[in-house]
Amino acid sequence: MMTTVSQTISDIIVMTWRNIVKYLRLPQLLVFNVMLNVVLLLLFNYVFGGAIQTGGTDYIQYFLPGFIAQTVVFGSTQTSVAIADDLSKGLIDRFRSLPMSRAAFLTGRVISDAARYSFLLLIMVVVGLVMGFRFENGFGPAVAGLAIIILFGIALTWVAVFIGISVKDVESAQTAGFVWVFPLVFASSTYVPIKTMPGWLQAFAKINPVTPMVDTVRALFLGGDVNASLWKILAWAIGLIVLFLVLAIRRYKRLIN
Amino acid sequence: MKNPDNKTPGQVECKEASISIKGVSKSFGKIRALDNINLEIPDGIIFALLGPNGSGKTTLVRILTTLLKPEHGTATVGGFDVVQEANLVRHIFGLAGQYPAVDENLTGRENLVMIGQLYHLKKEKAKNRAQELLEIFDLTDAANRVVKTFSGGMRRRLDLAAALVISPPILFLDEPTTGLDPRSRLGLWEVINAQVKNCSTVFLTTQYLEEADRLANMIAIMDRGKVIREGSPQELKDCCGGENYVKLRLFDRNQILKTSELLRDIAGANVRISESTGEISIPALDGTATLSAVVGRLNAEAIQISEIGLQQPTLDDVFLAITGHTAEEEAKQVKK
Repeated sequence: MMTTVSQTISDIIVMTWRNIVKYLRLPQLLVFNVMLNVVLLLLFNYVFGGAIQTGGTDYIQYFLPGFIAQTVVFGSTQTSVAIADDLSKGLIDRFRSLPMSRAAFLTGRVISDAARYSFLLLIMVVVGLVMGFRFENGFGPAVAGLAIIILFGIALTWVAVFIGISVKDVESAQTAGFVWVFPLVFASSTYVPIKTMPGWLQAFAKINPVTPMVDTVRALFLGGDVNASLWKILAWAIGLIVLFLVLAIRRYKRLIN
Repeated sequence: MKNPDNKTPGQVECKEASISIKGVSKSFGKIRALDNINLEIPDGIIFALLGPNGSGKTTLVRILTTLLKPEHGTATVGGFDVVQEANLVRHIFGLAGQYPAVDENLTGRENLVMIGQLYHLKKEKAKNRAQELLEIFDLTDAANRVVKTFSGGMRRRLDLAAALVISPPILFLDEPTTGLDPRSRLGLWEVINAQVKNCSTVFLTTQYLEEADRLANMIAIMDRGKVIREGSPQELKDCCGGENYVKLRLFDRNQILKTSELLRDIAGANVRISESTGEISIPALDGTATLSAVVGRLNAEAIQISEIGLQQPTLDDVFLAITGHTAEEEAKQVKK
């Protein structure tokens, strides 16, 4: 008797609910996360803003789309930690001994984390608007930009799930996350225009998926050519989701060896 | 997935709650955790797997509960193969492991409802079952508190309740009473006995001979990944260290040899000395009479006793009788 599709969906909902309950019961998890991002936003804008040349536009206009886009990149490290934390506890044995869908535990984590990103993004947008940021391209493209961020966030969350399930230990998960997240965020068009970087770093920044994401989001928020970067980021996001979803679920099933 | 006898999970009859283990082996690196285990456990009984830490008990439970794959051999639980038909097996057992496996951030009730939903019970049914279990396990007062605030004993009870959500035909309990206070232990024994009245099979592991003796119809003793003896509690007692012992300790360890010589008059060749603890033990064939004989004999020689008493045979005694080494030594060796 295989688990049916409706049972799989029900299992995923239960797992998602369980993770969201944790955020609601421990609101400090979210509160500090929001505070950290607001503090960083203020610091980057007012400390570096004056020094970085962005070609005439206000730095907040250049910077905010990139900044809120990178919150999902950094946020994904928390997914690795949460997975490793669950795996280090006895509860995972209970889940694995139940006749529930093998995909539900991981998928529930990804969905609840996507909800967490969405909440965080909305707050960052509000803070940005207070600091003087303006969407210059209308409501529809602004929503599309946020959707792109969340889609890419989901892709990175699957990568993070795979890392969490591979290292299986909370501290390693934390460090392992930062190893790949820092270069992705900084060697991209998030904070500074790529053309200011040395040649070899420009090469990396151009293939770095964070660059097309930030470029797309910036174009959607401020106006500009979306076509150049949109297909790239969609290809990256879908490719990463498919690849790491398969890898992570396979590794979850293999925990039994 | 094959389902040869049209067995319906969740409605398994008594006769289908048996467990069969054939030639199961498992290694972790160089350590041979299980070495060719063969066991046939009939339905409707309490089976106890007895052995020291590191003897392989938990590894065997993990294989039977589909958490680990055997390297060699096969095992069926309720007639279903634990590897080929893992998902069918998962419908018919409940598991309470060595450490409570409950969600710290959910309330007691939410935990049980969640487990019910993951067994794909209707929400209403899952809620009713949760309420029943909270009552059985005396957790109604704490039902709506987050598990984080639970005491160790309460977590244990909740964990056991979680194992019983579907009233499983087969219940696996891995060292269920380790770390429990005596009152909770008695309560747990009652629950285990009640399970069997519902015609379930209970598979439990324990380090305590007394526990196996009190509960089980069938006992297997494990040592270094092997089953070294199996049988009813009576059979094991008869074969291996079944009698009570007089155990004693001296003030002066230098007198141990002399004392053991003296005790040969009472016990013949059956004087045992534990090198590590300095304990001397002899079979108490005449109960308290043997005890007073020992005290009288040693007093007459002015040998001072620091501690003496009648003792039930322990796992160590059975172990010593079967393997020639104690369970404690065994655990140390495993760690190395």
